[in-house]
Amino acid sequence: MTKKEMANPRDAYGETLVKLGGKQRNIVVLDADLSKSTKTILFAKKYPERFFEMGIAEANMISVAAGLASCGKIPFASTFAVFATGRVYDQIRIDVAYSKANVKIFATHGGISVGKDGASHQMIEDLTLMRVLPNMTVLAPSDATQTRRLVELMATTEGPMYARIGRANAPLLYKKEDIKDIQIGKGFIVRDGSDISIIACGTMVDQAVDAAEKLSANKISVRVVDMHTIKPLDKRLVLKCARDTNAIVTAEEHSVIGGLGGAVSEILAESKVAVPFKRIGVQDIFCESGEPDELFEKYGLSALHIVKTAKKLMK
Amino acid sequence: MLYRAKSGHPGGSLSAVEAIVALYFHHMRHTPKDPCDPNRDRFVLSKGHAAPTLYAALAECGYFDVKELQLLRQINCMLQGHPVCRYIPGVEASTGSLGHGLSFALGIALAGKLDKKDYRVYVMVGDGETDEGQIWEAATSASHYKLDNLTALIDRNFLQIDGSTEDVLRLESVRDRWSSFGWYVLEVDGHDIGKIIDALLTANEQKNQPTMIILNTVKGKGVSFMENNIDFHGVPPNEIEYKLAMKELDGAQKALEAMV
Repeated sequence: MTKKEMANPRDAYGETLVKLGGKQRNIVVLDADLSKSTKTILFAKKYPERFFEMGIAEANMISVAAGLASCGKIPFASTFAVFATGRVYDQIRIDVAYSKANVKIFATHGGISVGKDGASHQMIEDLTLMRVLPNMTVLAPSDATQTRRLVELMATTEGPMYARIGRANAPLLYKKEDIKDIQIGKGFIVRDGSDISIIACGTMVDQAVDAAEKLSANKISVRVVDMHTIKPLDKRLVLKCARDTNAIVTAEEHSVIGGLGGAVSEILAESKVAVPFKRIGVQDIFCESGEPDELFEKYGLSALHIVKTAKKLMK
Repeated sequence: MLYRAKSGHPGGSLSAVEAIVALYFHHMRHTPKDPCDPNRDRFVLSKGHAAPTLYAALAECGYFDVKELQLLRQINCMLQGHPVCRYIPGVEASTGSLGHGLSFALGIALAGKLDKKDYRVYVMVGDGETDEGQIWEAATSASHYKLDNLTALIDRNFLQIDGSTEDVLRLESVRDRWSSFGWYVLEVDGHDIGKIIDALLTANEQKNQPTMIILNTVKGKGVSFMENNIDFHGVPPNEIEYKLAMKELDGAQKALEAMV
């Protein structure tokens, strides 16, 4: 396999904020003492007057962002996924979602690939928590290119939004000509196939692509869908996968409960299409400290695990 | 309103009346016909359970029809049990879950500074509400950002649902706490409209720090059997109590009119 070109989605986020900040003067950025990690520091350096350091006070940060939004600002509030959702759920629920505030919560360090910090910092429930909120759009970009595109769309699309990316570098999956087809609410077919569909998001899209290559060696033709928008979910594409291919696997660096797998299963269960189906993700368990690839292996998120699951499902 | 709704919070609504009247009828710069005027002064009712008082003030100002007040908390009615922004004209922030409003007001104040606008931001918190940790995150942040365009008012009625604020979770000294967080602190009789207005004007003059006005109030003010009675925190009057209360309030109104 050729060596993949890597880039960090966090850098893409910070750089895109800087780029947008020049064009959209109403963009403001807030962070809770993690600006070096979330890369909002890039914006802070370029536009210090529009950057608000809120300290280790996430609840305040979210409500302040909502107040700023009520005055026509477009606030991007950033911290780690674990602090950006669970810790501030009530603030997001009332001040952002219920109030339809134009607040963009952009979380980094989502999922188990934060690795050595352990389960306290491995956020595997955020997509569920955000998806259940009315009015909320939920995004999980898979690479740096898609992150750039989705951050731009977040800034130009009205409404409460949550996005999460991982900590680590990620292989570049998108070419320049793909960018215009990355739209909120539209899944993207990364590679097409006819036997089985893998619907993945975030870091798991790359694992799914690897799995698809391995499966094709076994004469199993795989469609990989990058479902970067968890909500509103691209229902048409899910149903299309159910009709076009003989099985569906979802893959997410997240709990299998309530996130991408949950959302897809809800659609399939209420559809008239019966199709073998399996969710790959963290199986309702807190993980542990370790290297990301060790964790992916142990907790069943590796490409190899997807291959095994797909084969079993095809039988 | 609460009698008809058969639910709601009379005690904390009555203790907040004079301050809200002072703000909406004597102090704030606002145009009810243009509730989204970017230069308006803003008021955030962080203690959202006092919604009836806010709604009454907004209706009397002309933000919406006074008849709406009779439909409070009823199905298909605009006036929700707790304030909702973007839905009820004049309501700036959705509140009801305690502790958020001060932060929300802080966001408005930051935007005002950024845009070099001269509007002011007012926020009322309950005394019991300051049990919430987020209040102190906001208190720290507001003084850090030197938000002298922010004036908070604390409805110091000394009661919360489970009892006295001092028994539930000691708050004293409220004055020392806020001043140690970097706020300019004023203390007034929260039922004296003239004194509240004076305090609001004094707050306007402060530079480089936010102001906290401690409103010394009586929960259930104006209705003898509700005053300082925790049973009326979240329970509306029954028919007998309603008639008695209205008789007392009507009497007070007539006495006031006679003075004018």
